[in-house]
Amino acid sequence: MDMSAQPGESLRRTSLYDVHCALGARMVEFNGWQMPLQYTSIIEEHHAVRRRAGLFDVSHMGEFRVTGAGAQDFLHWLVPNNIKRLAVYQGLYTQLCRPDGGTIDDLIVYRMGEQDYLMIVNAGTMEKDWAWINQQAQGRDDVRLQNVSLETALIAFQGPLAAELLQGLTSTDLDAIHYYHCAPGQVAGVTCVISRTGYTGEDGFELFHTWEEAPRLWNALLEHGQSAQVLPAGLGARDTLRLEAGYCLYGHELTEEITPIEAGLGWTVKFDAGDFIGRDALLRVKEQGPVKRLIGIEMLDRGVPRAGYELFADGKRVGVLTSGTFGPTVQKNIGMGYVDTAYAMPGTRLAVDIRGRRLAAEVVKLPFYKRLKR
Amino acid sequence: MAKLHYPDDLKYSEDHEWVRVQGDEAIIGITDYAQDELGDVVYVDLPWDEAGKGEVRQFARFGDIESVKATSELQSPVSGQIVRVNEELRNKPELVNSDPYGAGWMLAVKLSDPTELDKLMDADAYQSFLKGGH
Repeated sequence: MDMSAQPGESLRRTSLYDVHCALGARMVEFNGWQMPLQYTSIIEEHHAVRRRAGLFDVSHMGEFRVTGAGAQDFLHWLVPNNIKRLAVYQGLYTQLCRPDGGTIDDLIVYRMGEQDYLMIVNAGTMEKDWAWINQQAQGRDDVRLQNVSLETALIAFQGPLAAELLQGLTSTDLDAIHYYHCAPGQVAGVTCVISRTGYTGEDGFELFHTWEEAPRLWNALLEHGQSAQVLPAGLGARDTLRLEAGYCLYGHELTEEITPIEAGLGWTVKFDAGDFIGRDALLRVKEQGPVKRLIGIEMLDRGVPRAGYELFADGKRVGVLTSGTFGPTVQKNIGMGYVDTAYAMPGTRLAVDIRGRRLAAEVVKLPFYKRLKR
Repeated sequence: MAKLHYPDDLKYSEDHEWVRVQGDEAIIGITDYAQDELGDVVYVDLPWDEAGKGEVRQFARFGDIESVKATSELQSPVSGQIVRVNEELRNKPELVNSDPYGAGWMLAVKLSDPTELDKLMDADAYQSFLKGGH
């Protein structure tokens, strides 16, 4: 199946492209893909996910399979988190780091078998990640790498009603799938890996399946969820949801110039589990204390903070925002960014330069929103 | 997607603003196309303290409009003195989305030069302009 650029166009499409258009989606370019930004309104879709459930096409993300007798050892060394603690069908969140600790990408790794792992990487970094991993695996004939991105579709079903609704379409016991675990199964007759993960801050699932089956799975979920008013949700709502939940977005809160330590992801870096790429550099940052830190801000004056806006305190520039928007659930203008460590304490007053005007904001603890756990 | 509309009795600028002329006064706002492009409006930054005092100039910036995903400048389609500013938009910016030609109006301006209206488009010309790509 040829998923490469259509003649005359340079953008890729997922197998749900026609479905999105038929649903009236406004399509946008995102990292080389044509993706739905919104179907109705970003705010409506955001509320649907927080109150009921929403459906996301995230098939543009990359998937790599790592197998072979050396798969576990290789991955354990490749990423800062502890791969060796993963049981079969368990996943973890981690990064790919350079030797200097800079973040190449953030990703999830699932163990699918004894020496069988699946890496889920960002769409915009897929080629870079693939080149990096192959480079690191050079000379290791006990490691086999397969890029299955263009064969693997991914649909995310997120919200408080997702589990109940999904259970109606599968005989797999969803209660038995805990957070950051997965199970093989069938949903609406489509063979899937059902993972209890997400990027919204709500309970939910991510369903990995064969590229061509996406329309069948999507339509089944949408139809089954119709009476519960499940909505298709686009990249616009995906961003407002993840920002409220305090999740990093690669290219914004994480880049090759930022280490996981500065990004507040030190909890995913396991210094006591053996060596990994970047360990020395990250240990130094941790021991010396990072010079800048990721913070959340809430606007006090009226204005919407956005990526790139500079932060000021005590008459000088102390940082910059990496993301910002109006949060529809928290009903506040919120942002994330980096400041000199001295200004990172919650409660610190900062000024945000919004198109030439300095507007007041306050550092707050992340996340901005936390769902009530039942 | 809902069909966008452009009332016949208004004049339109290339910056996607509309003007309704009532004698020597003009009411201005942004078009259905503009609100649709912006998406959910969360904040409109108007010259709140300028009613009866401030001026606007044709094609010059008089404020900003923020949606969930973007910020855009507001450019006046006419010149004149600001007579009234729509206070409702302070707390209900979403009126710009739901009723861009009615409750979503932004400023009432006393026209300083009615001949400026000749530089604007009528509804048909504006729709051609939108189709033409810009």
